[in-house]
Amino acid sequence: MSDTVLNVNNLSKSFDGIRALADFSCELRQGDVLGLIGPNGAGKTTLFNVVTGFIAPDEGGKVLIEGSDVTGLASYKLANRGIARTFQDLRLIRQLSVLDNVLLSFRDQPGERLWNAFFQWRKTRQREAANRREATRLLEEAGLAEKANDPAENLSYGQQKLLSLVCCLAAKAEVLLLDEPVAGIAPEMREKILAIIRDLPAQGKSVILIEHDLDAVMQTCDRVVFMDAGAKISEGTPEEVRNDPKVIEAYIN
Amino acid sequence: MEYLLHILILIGIYVILSVSINLIVGYTGLLSIAHAAFYGVGAYVAALMALSLHSPFLVNTACAVVLSGVLGALVGIPSLRIRDDYFVIATFAFQIITFSVLNNWVSLTGGPMGLPGIPQPTIFGLQVSSHVGFLLLVGVFCALTLWVTHRIVRSPFGRVLKAIREDEVFAQAAGKNVAAYKVLVFVIGAGVAAVAGVMYAYYISFIDPTSFTVMESIFIISIVIIGGAGSLWGPVVGAVVLVVLPELLRFIGLPNAVAANLRQMIYGGLLVAFMMWRPRGFLGEYAFQGKEARG
Repeated sequence: MSDTVLNVNNLSKSFDGIRALADFSCELRQGDVLGLIGPNGAGKTTLFNVVTGFIAPDEGGKVLIEGSDVTGLASYKLANRGIARTFQDLRLIRQLSVLDNVLLSFRDQPGERLWNAFFQWRKTRQREAANRREATRLLEEAGLAEKANDPAENLSYGQQKLLSLVCCLAAKAEVLLLDEPVAGIAPEMREKILAIIRDLPAQGKSVILIEHDLDAVMQTCDRVVFMDAGAKISEGTPEEVRNDPKVIEAYIN
Repeated sequence: MEYLLHILILIGIYVILSVSINLIVGYTGLLSIAHAAFYGVGAYVAALMALSLHSPFLVNTACAVVLSGVLGALVGIPSLRIRDDYFVIATFAFQIITFSVLNNWVSLTGGPMGLPGIPQPTIFGLQVSSHVGFLLLVGVFCALTLWVTHRIVRSPFGRVLKAIREDEVFAQAAGKNVAAYKVLVFVIGAGVAAVAGVMYAYYISFIDPTSFTVMESIFIISIVIIGGAGSLWGPVVGAVVLVVLPELLRFIGLPNAVAANLRQMIYGGLLVAFMMWRPRGFLGEYAFQGKEARG
């Protein structure tokens, strides 16, 4: 039994009376890839938004990172506490270069403090140069090195999804929350992205993966949570969840 | 010759104003219409200190910058935490309030009568009295403003500003304290605008509130839009164009009353034309339009 890196305890969230999350709990263990599946509107993305601080949960629920309570912290603080995420609607700085997008994703850069734009030039420059090397290496590994200086908007849709994943890697976060990383892209790119995700636990990272592509979930995840109407319906290995009568019933409905 | 120097000095003052508001509007994507207010705060602080305390130029400049920056923080901290729309309204309110204070606090600011007789500045024992002297002084501060802006926008700090302009959610998810960056940039812009005010007060040696109205703020923003938002040299080009253009009208020989109105019409026409056909201005990399429109 490995350590738990992320705990979600009894989270609820209502929007105008609609319960997007209803007393939802789950845990992410070190080195796990946890699949989060369920019909549209089940509350999967809401869960990500609450865990990453973009939406405040209703009273009572808790989010713990490695045992310490981080409920309701601002999103930028959570991002600095070892959580990185991608967005379903692909958020990138489209006008800036591919390389700049990766560089922006590094945390705690001395050059991002105003003072250091004027002083400590050497230290700042060294760190920036190191980040550039690291970013270039990440882009090479992902096969995006040729596009490094193009604006991100020139990438294909699949390449943009790949780039958001590379940005998460640059964040050096322990926990990655990936929102539909392979939805709507060509099979080749899908394989490439799934291979990167499968490789994450070996680097000590833990992942929660939202995906409608059930094949991808079955191939990639160690455990799966099925949620519907904001609540957890079923949890277990991919096999167990797939054969759970409650899940089959929910899908038929 | 003096006339030419006068135009160059004016261009210099507007370069300081437009380059500094470009940090806020062009690089960070925040619309502030309070720049003339900070310009006025700088001018009045320097003028009042020079007139009543007889304190040296550099001390007055430093005080003007600090006070303007503090006011910038007071406006920015509450409004920038919420939404950009509120920030626009807050800056507009600050602009109106500042003008009212300058216009009505007669015992301090002289009200509509203004403050005449601001003494010529002395720097390191040298008195700046000629047009050439003022041009050098303004030139030095222009260069300083451009250098500071250059350092900021080329640094990782500047990269975060552009990210905030394009997609705040991305910046937050990447761990950037977006509100703090916005406040910092607004405070820097306010401080630099005060420098332009100090230059203006010493150069003209008379100030009154009509130089620091909301129309002036809009004029400064026009310089940025026409020159090119989000580029270092765009506002410089814009300042040259918008300061020189109305001067050319003088040579056509129109009566003054007509020329003044014609000037306003030309500004309006230019703005509309640029928004329609060249929203990036002469040199800009950032199309000046609503965030929604850019999707």
